Amino acid sequence: MVPTLLGRVQTRLVLLAVIGGIVTAIIAPVLPVSAPVADKYRDAYLVLAAVAVLGIGWEFLYQLLMQWRWEKDWPTLFGLVTLVPEGLLVWLLLQAGAIPGIVGTVSAPAFCIDFLAVWLSVWLVANGPMRVPFIRWRFRGGRLA
Amino acid sequence: MADKPMTGGDLTEELLSSDSWTDAMVEAAGIPVVDVPLVSVGGGIGSFVTVDYLRIAGVKPERMRVLSNLDFPWQTYEYLTRVSQIPRGERIRSDSASRPDNIWGFPSYALAEAVRDRSLRPLWQVLVEPIWADYYTPKAGQVFAGLEREAKRIGYLQMLVKGQVRMVRRRRGGGYFTILTPPAGSAPTQRVAYRAQFVHLAVGYPGLRFLPELQQFRIEHQDFHHVVSAYEDHEHVYDLARTTPVVVMLRGGGIVASRVLQRLMDDRERLGLPTEIVHLFRTYISAAHGPNAWSRRKGGNGFAYQGFNYPKSVWGGQLKSRMRRLEGDERATAYKLMGGTNTPWRRRWQAQMRAGRNSGWYRTMSGTVDQMLLKDGKVVSMVKTPQGVIDISADFVIDCTGLEADIAEHRVLADLLEHSGVSRNPLGRLDVERTFELRGAASGTGVIYASGATTLGGYFPGVDTFLGLQIAAQEIADDLARRGFCRRIGPLRSTSQWLRWAAGREP
Repeated sequence: MVPTLLGRVQTRLVLLAVIGGIVTAIIAPVLPVSAPVADKYRDAYLVLAAVAVLGIGWEFLYQLLMQWRWEKDWPTLFGLVTLVPEGLLVWLLLQAGAIPGIVGTVSAPAFCIDFLAVWLSVWLVANGPMRVPFIRWRFRGGRLA
Repeated sequence: MADKPMTGGDLTEELLSSDSWTDAMVEAAGIPVVDVPLVSVGGGIGSFVTVDYLRIAGVKPERMRVLSNLDFPWQTYEYLTRVSQIPRGERIRSDSASRPDNIWGFPSYALAEAVRDRSLRPLWQVLVEPIWADYYTPKAGQVFAGLEREAKRIGYLQMLVKGQVRMVRRRRGGGYFTILTPPAGSAPTQRVAYRAQFVHLAVGYPGLRFLPELQQFRIEHQDFHHVVSAYEDHEHVYDLARTTPVVVMLRGGGIVASRVLQRLMDDRERLGLPTEIVHLFRTYISAAHGPNAWSRRKGGNGFAYQGFNYPKSVWGGQLKSRMRRLEGDERATAYKLMGGTNTPWRRRWQAQMRAGRNSGWYRTMSGTVDQMLLKDGKVVSMVKTPQGVIDISADFVIDCTGLEADIAEHRVLADLLEHSGVSRNPLGRLDVERTFELRGAASGTGVIYASGATTLGGYFPGVDTFLGLQIAAQEIADDLARRGFCRRIGPLRSTSQWLRWAAGREP
């Protein structure tokens, strides 16, 4: 991808909201957590929101790091492996109780399944199918508006 | 019209000298007029992707004509890639998602190849490129097959009119006349005029030039055997190398030089040939270069290295957005910084060149040549190097510099520059708006658009590439939609049209 800062932020927010929202809706009830379905949904969407909000900060960092690349591109693999630091940060914040509104305890397996499913779906859509409805998106650095 | 004498349907003095023509002037010349809302002049890949875009935007084939002397859009491209050592089975220098036969770039070439060959390799390559693998690039044959399929799907042949375009002139009252010279014997008149509100120019490279000293050598010695251009058929070089030990001198440090070098090195390796190669660079790049750490390009052993013609983000990211805002000298400087001659860093080429350097059969030099002589059947180049003048004797000199001719050497463009008030951009090519409208050429509600190599130097740098032509086509289609010629492709139409593309159904 060849993003601009605004494009990065817009793409992240829209894809997390739409694709992340759908994936969360599907997998939240089957996550291995012993809690009522309503609580599972609540926690899963709060984690999703945390990824989105914290992600804005991450995108600033990625944009800064990209400046050292001559091509000013963000290789496909970077978009995948950044799940590691981002996932870890959200997990640590969860453990520290720093994500407001979480009810109950989010287990490590549940977090991993939820986070990976959302991340992989968003990454796959951003690297291909996104170009089908939005033909100008890739030429505008990922901006949708 | 009946009482006026017919002149055989040719251009008259009045027409030739007038900047704008009336319908009556054309009629008086006896030139038949064909009315069509849009004509695209060129008929190469630039015309193809533009009409493809417009077809997908809902324009019927009968509302567009492509005027061209080419039989199919990839004809010139295929010729040039073939002679410059990229036959159908070799990979071109283009990104996986730059598909001139698919405006969405999805599925990418890598995905299509993976599905066709039932192999995960292309997908793995796009996943780890460019750090752990070279950039994935498609095979030329895959590109041509896709173009052929898309040409059939959009009814390209229905829109194609064969002939040589002579000029585009303003029409008084709005729009333009595009004069076509049909193939001899195919029409009752010498010329046919296409009266259109919109004209799209995609005439490609105005022409190629030789290095001046090579040109002089060829003229002086009438020798087209020892000194050749990589852009013309030069198989005799490789043929002779197969039977006789030869020394080949290469000039230039771009992708074509890399390709020719690869061919020589492949033949050497495969057939056990003793071919020696001397590679002369005018600008010798010895290391990474650029003004600061945020703007530093890889380089070494003479070459400047970059995956594609420009840094990748000119086709959509940060650099595209920045260039869009630059004017005049600032833009020209930015072009200089990120353009120039460059070639991709490919693992196989690096290994071959390293082996050649270590064994002494591949030598690189930095310098220029003032004079060349023919001595005992060999070409002697007097190379001016930082260490003094060195005579290099070679059996063949291959010019891979790909110097481009001035736009005024193209007849249609020369006529436009003279009669239509168009001007040049900071790099001396056609000056276009961000929408690819040709500045200064408006005629009433009529617009001329231009895309491709002739517009290099504009607000968008990657014009002479597959993706660049599609970006131009998108801007042109959107501008035409604003002018009411077609509808703007929104998310729903885009998706439904993609489904039609996938099913191979016409737009």
